[in-house]
Amino acid sequence: MSPVVRVRALARRFTVKGVLANVDLEIDRGEFVALLGRSGSGKSTLLRALAGIDFEAIGNGLIEAPDRISVVFQDARLLPWMRVIDNVILGLNGADARARGATALAEVELGDRASAWPHELSGGEQQRVALARALVREPELLLADEPFGALDALTRLRMQALVRRLVERHRPAVLLVTHDVDEAIHLADRIVVLEDGRISAELRRPLDPPARAQALAPLRARLLGLLGVDLATIGVTP
Amino acid sequence: MNALNVQPLEIAEEIPGAEPFAPFRRSTPSDVRRASRLGLGEPVPFGPLLGPALVLLFWSAASYGGWLDPRILPSPWATAATAAALIADGRLGANLAVSAVRVAEGLTFGVPAGLVVAVVSGLSRVGGYLIDGVVQMKRAIPTLALIPLVILWLGIGEGMKVTIIAFSAFVPIYIQTQAALRATDLRHLELAETLGLSRWQFLTSVVIPGALPGFMLGLRYAVLGSWLALVVVEQLNATSGIGYMINLARTYAQTDVIVVGLAVYAVLGLVSDGLVRLADRLLIGWRRTLDR
Repeated sequence: MSPVVRVRALARRFTVKGVLANVDLEIDRGEFVALLGRSGSGKSTLLRALAGIDFEAIGNGLIEAPDRISVVFQDARLLPWMRVIDNVILGLNGADARARGATALAEVELGDRASAWPHELSGGEQQRVALARALVREPELLLADEPFGALDALTRLRMQALVRRLVERHRPAVLLVTHDVDEAIHLADRIVVLEDGRISAELRRPLDPPARAQALAPLRARLLGLLGVDLATIGVTP
Repeated sequence: MNALNVQPLEIAEEIPGAEPFAPFRRSTPSDVRRASRLGLGEPVPFGPLLGPALVLLFWSAASYGGWLDPRILPSPWATAATAAALIADGRLGANLAVSAVRVAEGLTFGVPAGLVVAVVSGLSRVGGYLIDGVVQMKRAIPTLALIPLVILWLGIGEGMKVTIIAFSAFVPIYIQTQAALRATDLRHLELAETLGLSRWQFLTSVVIPGALPGFMLGLRYAVLGSWLALVVVEQLNATSGIGYMINLARTYAQTDVIVVGLAVYAVLGLVSDGLVRLADRLLIGWRRTLDR
């Protein structure tokens, strides 16, 4: 399968300290990739470079990415002066934009809140609106920068399930930036670990369900180890 | 039973040596809204009139008790009687109309000019370099200090008066709108980039709605500022208007007419500010602040 995203020798720095050094990454069409890393490892910088919003960064390297990219940020980033439906279809052209927006809102189970103001929604609902805004554009690549980071644990689980369902339906390539190992294992086909601006490990999840269930604990221990968490020293048996 | 009442919990098991468990209790009688502890509390109908009403009460008491010489300040009822007489013979109405038209003309020129210049200065780098310094210099010169120059340019007629009022409206509109445009949230800029908005869509959907509260604040200052400018320019060789009425009354030592004129200025200021605030509320229904 041909990749929709190809990154070659990407480097980015802000002032003196380098943030990304020589990153190579490919994402196949419809593939769900989780980008794991400690804070400061350059995860967000890589995502912002792909999204084309790394204005303040200096750097070089090659990025090939599709035209239709949607971004879900950690904050829902809804415009407070627009009703929910108008936030979803912001920038869409065409007579059917409103109908498509309504469909997208129904997909995130907010079909009845189309005319609400953003501040009338809960944090989880706002993030679902942001998801609808991303998916209504039928992106070839969905970039998500810790989209569940600001949500409570229960809402996060429901959002993760929703994202999985929607991604399976729309089949965009996905790059999910997260520092949550369980979230990465739960959602992604492939997990890429970024450390000090380089990709230090790549793990693929087994495809068939029994093998996947068996591989879960070792995968988790391995990833936590890569992120510098030694389960033995914190008294947890993997 | 009221569902909101918190019942004391039964404790299943005592932990030895532990503090006895105090049930958390905050009973709420039905249908009572709890006010935020740090908020402003509930608004009271006609509450904003409390301060002016107290001033009126104090003024009445002082006049009634004879502590206020009518030649210094006539009593509220004498002022009201004078106002009634001025309305009856048409003088107040005619002068008020002239003054209102002057302010309306000044605002008609000043507000759009301030808005357009603020948009050019706020949304383009070069525009900002060209315009902002000049307006800041203008701002350092009180508009009223320009009167002698404007009189030499435009004479002493309506043109000069409207120009001065327009300047008084222009500056606050420019300052507030330009600052609000430049304060556009960078996160919203990023969002607009990722959504692929055109420059026009970015301006109309993101920047301008975001700057609207700033513009409305500028409008409040502009409206009040233009009434203030009116007061001054109407003292200069006017043959009509509230200021002319006041000046004429001074010549004949009619303190009550002067007070009526001043009261009219005060009421006009309050009413026009109230109108702008109402428009603000209607236009910016999405905003959540202390004042709601």
